[in-house]
Amino acid sequence: MASPFLSNCTISFSSSLKYSTLPRLFPSVSFSSIRFKSTPRRILTVRSKIREIFMPALSSTMTEGKIVSWVKSEGDLLSKGESVVVVESDKADMDVETFYDGILAAIVVGEGETAPVGAAIGILAETEDEIAEAKAKAASKSGASTRSAPPPAPAADSTPAPPKSTPAYAAPTVTEGPRKTVATPYAKKLAKQHKVDIESLVGTGPYGRITPEDIEAAAGILPSKTNVGPVVVAEVKPAAPTKATSDSSAPSSIPPPVPGSTVVPFTTMQAAVSKNMVESISVPTFRVGYPVTTDALDALYEKVKPKGVTMTALLAKAAAMALVQHPVVNSSCKDGKSFSYNSNINIAIAVAINGGLITPVLQDADKLDLYLLSQKWKELVEKARAKQLQPQEYNSGTFTLSNLGMFGVDRFDAILPPGQGAIMAVGASKPTVVADADGFFSVKNKMLVNVTADHRIIYGADLAAFLQTFSKIVENPESLTL
Amino acid sequence: MHSTSALSFSQATSLPTTNYAFHSHSAVNLRFCGLRRQAFGFSFSTHSTSTRLRLSTRAHSYKISASDGNNGTPPKSFDYDLIIIGAGVGGHGAALHAVDKGLKTAIIEGDVVGGTCVNRGCVPSKALLAVSGRMRELQSEHHMKALGLQVSAAGYDRQAVADHANNLASKIRNNLTNSMKALGVDILTGFGTIVGPQKVKYGKVGSTDTLVTAKDIIIATGSVPFVPKGIEVDGKTVITSDHALKLEFVPDWVAIVGSGYIGLEFSDVYTALGSEVTFIEALDQLMPGFDPEIGKLAQRVLINPRKIDYHTGVFATKITPARDGKPVIIELTDAKTKEQKDTLEVDAALIATGRAPFTNGLGLENINVLTQRGFVPVDERMRVIDANGNQVPHLYCIGDANGKMMLAHAASAQGISVVEQVTGRDHVLNHLSIPAACFTHPEISMVGLTEPQAREKAEKEGFEVSVAKTSFKANTKALAENEGEGLAKLIYRPDNGEILGVHIFGLHAADLIHEASNAIALGTRIQDIKFAVHAHPTLSEVIDELFKSAKVKAPASTSTSTSTSSPVTEPVSA
Repeated sequence: MASPFLSNCTISFSSSLKYSTLPRLFPSVSFSSIRFKSTPRRILTVRSKIREIFMPALSSTMTEGKIVSWVKSEGDLLSKGESVVVVESDKADMDVETFYDGILAAIVVGEGETAPVGAAIGILAETEDEIAEAKAKAASKSGASTRSAPPPAPAADSTPAPPKSTPAYAAPTVTEGPRKTVATPYAKKLAKQHKVDIESLVGTGPYGRITPEDIEAAAGILPSKTNVGPVVVAEVKPAAPTKATSDSSAPSSIPPPVPGSTVVPFTTMQAAVSKNMVESISVPTFRVGYPVTTDALDALYEKVKPKGVTMTALLAKAAAMALVQHPVVNSSCKDGKSFSYNSNINIAIAVAINGGLITPVLQDADKLDLYLLSQKWKELVEKARAKQLQPQEYNSGTFTLSNLGMFGVDRFDAILPPGQGAIMAVGASKPTVVADADGFFSVKNKMLVNVTADHRIIYGADLAAFLQTFSKIVENPESLTL
Repeated sequence: MHSTSALSFSQATSLPTTNYAFHSHSAVNLRFCGLRRQAFGFSFSTHSTSTRLRLSTRAHSYKISASDGNNGTPPKSFDYDLIIIGAGVGGHGAALHAVDKGLKTAIIEGDVVGGTCVNRGCVPSKALLAVSGRMRELQSEHHMKALGLQVSAAGYDRQAVADHANNLASKIRNNLTNSMKALGVDILTGFGTIVGPQKVKYGKVGSTDTLVTAKDIIIATGSVPFVPKGIEVDGKTVITSDHALKLEFVPDWVAIVGSGYIGLEFSDVYTALGSEVTFIEALDQLMPGFDPEIGKLAQRVLINPRKIDYHTGVFATKITPARDGKPVIIELTDAKTKEQKDTLEVDAALIATGRAPFTNGLGLENINVLTQRGFVPVDERMRVIDANGNQVPHLYCIGDANGKMMLAHAASAQGISVVEQVTGRDHVLNHLSIPAACFTHPEISMVGLTEPQAREKAEKEGFEVSVAKTSFKANTKALAENEGEGLAKLIYRPDNGEILGVHIFGLHAADLIHEASNAIALGTRIQDIKFAVHAHPTLSEVIDELFKSAKVKAPASTSTSTSTSSPVTEPVSA
């Protein structure tokens, strides 16, 4: 390939006004940053003495350009710096100038026609002798199509350009026959942008039409709309659960949706969960597990159950009492530079509600007695089901408890919610054969507790010590009722 | 619209015989554009009020019997001074001004007060556009990031958006009704029909009609959406703006037939709410009514980057609503060759091909008036012209029903002009001073001539035309809002500084146009207005710069108080 060169660029419609739209939706590439200083720009390349005039990229988002008018006609003598052709990009009309002296031997793309960026739109010959050769070249350029250079036949594009923005469908589509391709306006735009051949696709939209999603799938790019699926992990930022219009075009490893799958946008609550989960990725966490014997706790539970005390309240109280002795586990790291010690111990407890997850908070769990705590918990759960929790009642937690023991889960791993230092995942208590120090076997109820913590502030030893304290409290639960 | 409005220029003094007895003492007709200056040097403004009121009760019966002998029998005394048929924005504007002038006024409305604009037009659409503007901002991650804002999820509740539009319409409707009631305008309910000179009957369908008489009658019955034949409107998937404003559903893909104001505004709403849009335009260019340069720029901002494609130079000759498991099917026919070109399959079609006058059943045949494609023929003073080319005494037609300029505020201005005339002051409305706006994001506004129109006129009349332009990119306030996209364009005469047209595309363009339209209405020249001061930093400085960048040969008039040469009479604080 020959070397590109530069020429002046002026804006054609006004001399007084340096007017154009800056690329708003797309990050500018280095090219566009010099665009409006009327500084040089590439248009032509050199190939021996016959040069092709290429469709210039006049903006970072330009994929094709329309020839507004040829300032020069075939056979005209061109001198360096002269305007040759006016090109309409997606942003503005611009005069394109030549950087070489020569003769405009042939016009390959006529006025009103469109060519992709980089396609030859005209041929420049250095001397008259080369005009014939240049014309032959031009003819070969437009060879595939029926059009030769001079006749103003408004035929198809001379280059294999992607479909135009107003595609003229093959004329006789009215009659019965093979179904014609129907693509939505945005699908067509995307197809052009990503050079996807619409005709080769099978539409999954209503009435078999090709949707923007089909094009995105074919081009292997991230859909701009939220995809249904497991918690968003691959995405850096969750997309809005709406019919948002963002022109994200980052490549992605997410496979195209299986045909026939349905996309269900997140509810507000689900969107909030998604957001929190994605944010949690930025926190370096680690996990420490601990087996806790619960025979004494179970016995206590049987005793206090008639008074309305629940296992959740017991565990919350135990965790709160352990946190009193290990304030660092109740702290959080807000800015990556410091510990934020919380003056209150507020235990957030994860509750599954229809189609979502919420964490009502037992405030000052260390100070309230077990019975008050149980009563409070009952109220919170009722409010959560009725979706009447006040923000203070679900976002003020300093430590989270998540219990899946009732399902028979023996151990699991919880994700640390943003703004907290640690979360405790509690499994089911199960009868387990244990051997004591003297070699005697016995059967005890054991429960596996797994804590996830922010390692910027909470270290392994901290967590181990906290768990040891928690275990002691659970194994000697009398203090819980005090 | 432009060709008709041009009429008002030339005929100001060449009136045929007027019907007003009291007119004869004022041979000079005031032109609207010269109103302010001429009024001071003119004696009638002080004592005409008393004369006018006296005459309005007595002089008529005498005068009318003399002039109307062959056209039914006009009543000898009247129930009202003025009856307005149609309580839209035009009728409302006329009624308020009539009361102000001391006329006993009634307004007849067969539907709801407020007409198209308030109930099915400008007003509810502004509510939808307010939503679409915010959605657009919130969805533009780039825009938000540039301002340092983070928005995680922007969504909308269709019903709540629809309710907002509906609530706004009812609020404005109540305001309109109350303002007329409070001033003592009688609101007569029913469809009004003209039964003869100065006689109108009205009544609801199925009940007996009531006959009322009035000295003067204004027809202000407005218009309805125009639906070309071949298009079957079912109100669900093939709709007009009447249905679309209810926002009963947001189709995934909607075809909009017509790319004028209505079509453009709806494309703004629909794309903001997530729809994809296909425009179908009969002319070769989208946005045919706009100044070409503005249209081209608007297309780059409002069409190309959005989920919109278009077919130009085609008619939608047949549109079938979605049914039997099939989508909406649109047959496109080439506008020139009349050959069928293509078919489209979409989820909904919005017909925005303009508006047709609503003049059926008005009883115009009773007074020998023939409508032209439904429009009531009028002269430049809104006086109705009968089949023989004669004026129909005491009958006026304003607003969409006369088709001069189909805009709510134009109707109101025409109504006020008529009231001025019937109360004894001749008045011709300068339609070239009436601004128009399209409330897309950003907005488009204009007043006066487009550049091609101005050049054509200049060629005919032999004067020079110049064009000045300013960009919103150079405006501090626009940049602060991160909305630097936009252009203001001034078309003027460099020899005398006359403003021929101003076109604005950019943030709040609809609010910015009035400086130019007022200047045109008052005859202010560029060399004078350029000394007017604008608060900094405001968007209005775009217009300030526009005036300042114009190269006018004529010197500023010395009377301009803000001009640097005039002495400062007020104390100035340092």
